[in-house]
Parts: sequence; structure tokens; C-alpha cells
Amino acid sequence: MSTQSTPPKAVSGPLNFLDDRLGSTTFFRRNMKKVFPDHWSFMLGEIALYSFVILLLTGTFLTLWFQPSMHEVVYEGSYTKLRGVVMSEAYASTLHISFDVRGGLLMRQIHHWAAILFMCAIAAHMLRVFFTGAYRKPRELNWLIGIGLFTLGMVEGLFGYSLPDDLLSGTGLRITQGVAEAIPVVGTYIYMFLFGGEFPHGTHGEIIPRLFTLHVLLIPGVILALITAHMMIMWHQKHTQMPGPGRTNDNVVGYPFYPVFMAKTGAYFLFTFGVIALLATFAQINPIWMYGPYDPGAISAGSQPDWYMGVLEGSLRIMPNWETTAFGHTISWNVLIPALVPLGLVFGGAALWPFLEQWITGDKRHHHLVERPRNAPVRTGVGMAAITFYGLLWLAGANDVIAERFHVSLFATTWFFRFAIFIGPVLAFVVTKRICLGLQRKDAAVMHHGVEAGIIMMSPEGGFSEKHEPPTEEERAVILSKENKSPALRTADDNGIPAPGAKGPLGHLRGRLHRYWTFDDIPVEEHDHEEHAEVDEGARKELTH
Amino acid sequence: MKRFTAWRRRPWAGYAVVLAALAAIGVIYAGLSPRTDRAEAAHSAQAAADLANGRQLYNKNCASCHGPNAEGTKDAEGRPLAPSLIGVGAASVDFQVSTGRMPAMNPGAQVPRKEPIPEFNTNIPTDYHDPKQREKAEKQKAQAEKNLADLRNYIQSLGGGPEVPSAEMVDPDSGDVALGGKLFRTNCAQCHNFVGSGGALTGGKYAPPLSNSDVTPTQIYEAMLTGPQAMPVFNDTTLTPEQKKAIIAYVVKTREEPNPGGNGLGRIGPVAEGLTGWLVGLSMMVLAAMWLTAKKPKKLKKS
Repeated sequence: MSTQSTPPKAVSGPLNFLDDRLGSTTFFRRNMKKVFPDHWSFMLGEIALYSFVILLLTGTFLTLWFQPSMHEVVYEGSYTKLRGVVMSEAYASTLHISFDVRGGLLMRQIHHWAAILFMCAIAAHMLRVFFTGAYRKPRELNWLIGIGLFTLGMVEGLFGYSLPDDLLSGTGLRITQGVAEAIPVVGTYIYMFLFGGEFPHGTHGEIIPRLFTLHVLLIPGVILALITAHMMIMWHQKHTQMPGPGRTNDNVVGYPFYPVFMAKTGAYFLFTFGVIALLATFAQINPIWMYGPYDPGAISAGSQPDWYMGVLEGSLRIMPNWETTAFGHTISWNVLIPALVPLGLVFGGAALWPFLEQWITGDKRHHHLVERPRNAPVRTGVGMAAITFYGLLWLAGANDVIAERFHVSLFATTWFFRFAIFIGPVLAFVVTKRICLGLQRKDAAVMHHGVEAGIIMMSPEGGFSEKHEPPTEEERAVILSKENKSPALRTADDNGIPAPGAKGPLGHLRGRLHRYWTFDDIPVEEHDHEEHAEVDEGARKELTH
Repeated sequence: MKRFTAWRRRPWAGYAVVLAALAAIGVIYAGLSPRTDRAEAAHSAQAAADLANGRQLYNKNCASCHGPNAEGTKDAEGRPLAPSLIGVGAASVDFQVSTGRMPAMNPGAQVPRKEPIPEFNTNIPTDYHDPKQREKAEKQKAQAEKNLADLRNYIQSLGGGPEVPSAEMVDPDSGDVALGGKLFRTNCAQCHNFVGSGGALTGGKYAPPLSNSDVTPTQIYEAMLTGPQAMPVFNDTTLTPEQKKAIIAYVVKTREEPNPGGNGLGRIGPVAEGLTGWLVGLSMMVLAAMWLTAKKPKKLKKS
């Protein structure tokens, strides 16, 4: 940017014009140099961003031909196997897009694959943020926005794949109706309000036009606004970074936005588009012509929603058939619990987690350097438990496909998941926490003895030993990024005044949780004298057992 | 002549003439028709032999479970082990034996489709270059077809039942595909999936895939007609022969149809799509991200 030669008038003229009116030079001068740290996992969120751009573009293309109408027509298009079949205009126009519009099927497939990848990327991005503790103060707001985006993405996806009015989407709407009806007292009102009359399409075919408006106008607008907020907050707060040499809580080490990061992120947009286009070209998605038009009397084996709704499908499938009748009303626990409880636990828990963690650890500091998962065993364990919980429900949603493809009994899969859903997360927590502590011990050992060099030495007495080398600068910085935890919460300040909230049942609970968070922490620090370290480790071990 | 004239006036003359004529007719008939008579006798002898062959095949392959008189068997507690075959008809036998389900290997939740035993295997290859080998294979195939027919006829002779459909009745090219699709989605898709890729059922049972080309139109027709294992019976009042033909047309045309959108991912719906999105889509993106971030820009390397 520091070129000596003056730019040609054709360039400087318009730029000066803009600068005089917007004062944009200062803005650009400051922001073009914004530093972005370099790590592959920091780009996961960008996949979602770019998938969303592709979704907007392809979605606009699709609206040019799609007819959001439940008006009945007789199909006379070029897909011969449905000719003469009575169907809704929504379904007929989707067939038209697929078979008669040039590039229409490709666009439909790009749109759908981009939606799949959008949700995959958000999930992966959230996992990265969670396991590295990047949601900690001051980034709680962006964490909450992220959860909101994932939830909105689920609803957007549900409405989107319901639009073509094929057999599968109608089945999904049938479940949506059931869930709405399961809400006590107001359920039937909500259902009638949403559908504009009886299932499947209301009194005058309202449902598809309503879903269309929500799908193309309201929800994308909200998502776009939230993404903007997400990006602005991220820009303002700066990106977190992985621990490494020279990286502290007060700096950001990386490359400037212009030219390096811009080139990388621009290339990454092209990669995203390329991968989605490849998938859309070589892998068929949502073949609505095979599902056929929706008919309330028909259903197909293997009726599943898209992956991000699979967790709801799974919880519905393994739920026992419980109902209670009270005061002339039936409460359908069999639908209500699977619809609300599992996702409520996962998303509600995720939303509360940053604040819960702050409360437990008493850590109100700003964190810009992320924490290695092993250095927060309880957090990592809880995260793995949540993944296991979610993953098992997700698999349960595909239980008939699992039963069919792997030749196991369908009932056996249902009962397996009914137990695994409770046992699995606990096991995952315990195992993960042990692994984390083991890795902490390994780090302590590296700081203690050095890294195994792979060189076997023989002493003059004939004994063999392996040579240990001191860790490299990089390794030292990463390992020493661990904050050793203090086992007890400060219950009183320097003047002996008890800390607020240390008493009462809640205070005791907090004290206990804090102890659980920290009591088996393995201190990792530099050692000058080996004997000293040995004693220290021994003392710590005693404390833990 | 005189004697003749005199005799013809006797009271028994009329009877004598009739008797003589009858005898003459009898003699002439006997002289002219012994061939047909012998052929008929030979035919019934052949039918009896075929039936005997069918019975023998039955005794050898089926009787151990279905009982010496096809009456079915029960275990010690009175629960049926194998059903009676009286009245199941030729269509049922043809379906079970030609798909290799019967004779069953072991009793389980459901008897799987397998290669038919050699005696009934009509699908053996006959396209050998060596004429001797080809002749042998063709002979074996013909024998298998005859065995199957004999067994069918034997069971059919026990108590009737649905017959094997003719080739014209199951011709996929003459069925109404659009109607078939509609009927398939209403009657079949809930177990067999929307294109017949198969699906899981309760208690370890399953609806087998119809998407493989070895599921012949005749077998599909027979399955609808006889309702084997977990499948319900779709008799000719539930689904008319014309509707059955339409369903066959839909199944066959759909499995022959290429996927316009690329790889069909098994045609089992969104589960395979989600798996592909995560495993292929996200993995490729992560690899791209790793590649991008591993590259250090030359200009800034020193700083």
C-alpha cells in the first residue's frame, strides 16, 4: 500500500469523491490491517457464511419458477412416470424446475447441499468454539447468536424441504402438526393457526404459501441480521488465537486482512462453492420425483428428515407411548417430551454453559487465548457427553435404516437406544475426563523429563535408557499455556469479609462444583530440579486420592 | 338272396341289423382310433409320472417340515412349525422355491432370499463356449424348470389355489406406470420404501428390496397374490390384475431408471444424504482449510 507513484486519475478521482463524502480512508486504513490468526479450525464458521451466500443466490433462482400453491393440477410435464397424476402446483412446479428448466435440477441440488453443509459447518464451528473455550468472556453474546442461528437454520430447513409438497415433506409436516397439537391447552389452536384449517393444507391451501413466505423472507432476513451481528461483534472483539510462542492474551498473532487473509478467505469461498457444486453434480439429493406427490394415506419406509432434524426424529422414535388424561384433556408425553426435552437440554444447556462455567470457576477475566481441551477436563467431558447424547438420538432417528442395512432387529435398536441415551453420556464424560487428565500428565512429564528422542543409550554398566530432549520453543509455549487451577474457591477476601454467594445451599453447591472442576488438575510447570518436581507430583497425587 | 329276403322278414331282423351295424362301427372305430387312445393313455401316464416326480421332490425337500401329506407340522406345545400347503396353490410354490426361500436353511424371524438349490435353480448360466458344457447346463436348466413345474403341480393338485400368472399378465411394458406409482406409494412403500429399496419391519422381519433385477415380474405378482411371510395378501379384489401389472411396471421401470441428479446414494432418502454431507462435504472443506492455512505467504514469512 505504500507505493511511491501516484495512482492514475481514473482511480484516484472516484476514490477521492467517495472519501470526501464518507471518510472511508480512515476506516479502511484501520480495518484493512485487522489481524487474523491462522488455523484451519478457525475457517469452519466461514463455510457456513459462504454456504449461506450460495443459499441466497440459488434460492432466488428457484423462486423464479416455484409456485407456492396447493392448487390441484394434472401433471403433463416431461417426467413420464407421473404424467396424468393429480398433484399440487407446488409439486408440479418443483418437477418443472427439476426436468424442464435448464440447470434447474443442478440449482435445486446446489441449494439443498448448501443447506446440508451450512448446518454441518455451524455444528462443527460450535464444537470448535466449545472445546477450546472460545465462548468465554467477552464472547458469550456471539455464542448465543450462534445457538440462535443453528435453531433458525433447523426451522428454515424444515420449512424449505416442506415446500415441494412431496411425500416426504408431507410426512414431515404431519409430524410438525402432531408436535403442535401435543402442546397442552393451546396445541390445537396453534395447529389450526399455523395450517389455516385442517391438515394437510388448511381450508384454502394456506400452508404452503405461509411456509414459503417464512422460508424466503422472514427467516433468511433474521439469519442475515444475526450473521451480520455475529461478524461485527467478532470484528470488534478480534479473533481468539491458539496458544503458541509469542501469543498472549493481549495480542493477536496472524496475518493482516489485506492482502493475506482476504486472499485466503476469498479462495475459501471458491472452495466452498466448488465442493457444493461437486456434491450437487455427482450426488443426487431429495429426488422428489421418486417420492411422489403428498398423499395423507401413503408413507414410505425410511422416511427421515434432513440430518439436523434427525435428533428430534430419533427422540420421537425411542419415546415410550406415554399419555395422561386429566380434566378431559390428553397430555401426549409421547410427543411433547421428545419434541422439547432433548433439544432443550442440549441447546438450553449450551446457552447457559458460559455463565454456568463463570459461576463455578469464578473466572470473570477476558480470554483471548483459547484453552486446550485437555486443560479443562470437565468442560471437555461435558461436551463429549452432549455429543454422545445428540449423536445417539441422531442415530436413533435412522434406526430403521440401521436395522435394514446391518440386519439387526428394529426393536433391538429401539431398546438399545433407550438405554444408551442414559448410559452413553455418562460413560463419555468419565472416559473423556480420564483421557484429558492423562494428557495433562503427559504434558507434565514432558516439562519434567523432556520429549522422548527415540535414541536408546547404553550406559557403561550395560543398562539401557532412552534419551530425552527438551521440548522445542513451540511445544513449550503450547504446553505452558495451561493455567494451573487452584483447588479452593476464595470464600473470603483479604480483609476476611466472606465473598458474596459463598454461603447458603447455592453457595455450597458452587463450592462443590468448583472443587470438582479443579481437584484433580495436574499442574504443568517448568521444573528446575527434578527432585522438587517428584515431591510436588507425589503430594498432588495424595491430594487426589 | 332268397334266404336273405326271407330272413329280413323275420321279427328279429331289425335287431340283428342294428347289432351288426353297432358291431361294424365298433370294429371300424377300433381299427381307426387306437392311436389317439394309446396317446391318451400315454399322456395320463406321463402326467402321473410328473406328479410322482413332484411328490418325490416334495418328499425329499419339503416333507420334513411341511409333513408327509403337506398338512403342516406343529411343535410339542402345539405351535405351528411349518404351515399346511394344501390350498396354497402353484403361485406360492413358484415364488418360494424360485426365490430360494424354500427349502429354508434355518427357521428365523424371516426366511431370506438366496440362490435356489440346484434341483430348482433355473438361473444357471448356459452361455458356455464349450458345446458340451453348454448342452449340460441347458439340460440342467430344463430339468430344474421341469422340477419346479412338477412340484407346483403336485401342490396345486392337493387343494387348488392361485395359479402362476402368464407372461402377458406380468409384462412391465404394458402396465400403467403412473397408476402403478400411486398404488405402490399407497400399498407397498410403507414397508418396501418409495422405490422398493427395502425396509425394516418389527420383530427382526424386513421387507426385502425389489430394486435388484433378479426380482422378476412373475415373483412380484406371485408375492402380491399369495402374501409370503410378513407380507399381506393382495388378492384380485384388493388389487385387480390390471393394477398388479401397473405396480410391476412401476417397480421395474423405476429400478431401470437412471438417477438424473448423479449418484442415487442407495435411494434410501435423507440418511444417506446427511452422511454424505458430513463425510464428503465437510471433510473436503476441512482439507481445503488445512491446505489454505498451511500455506505461508512468501512476503510475510520473515516477519
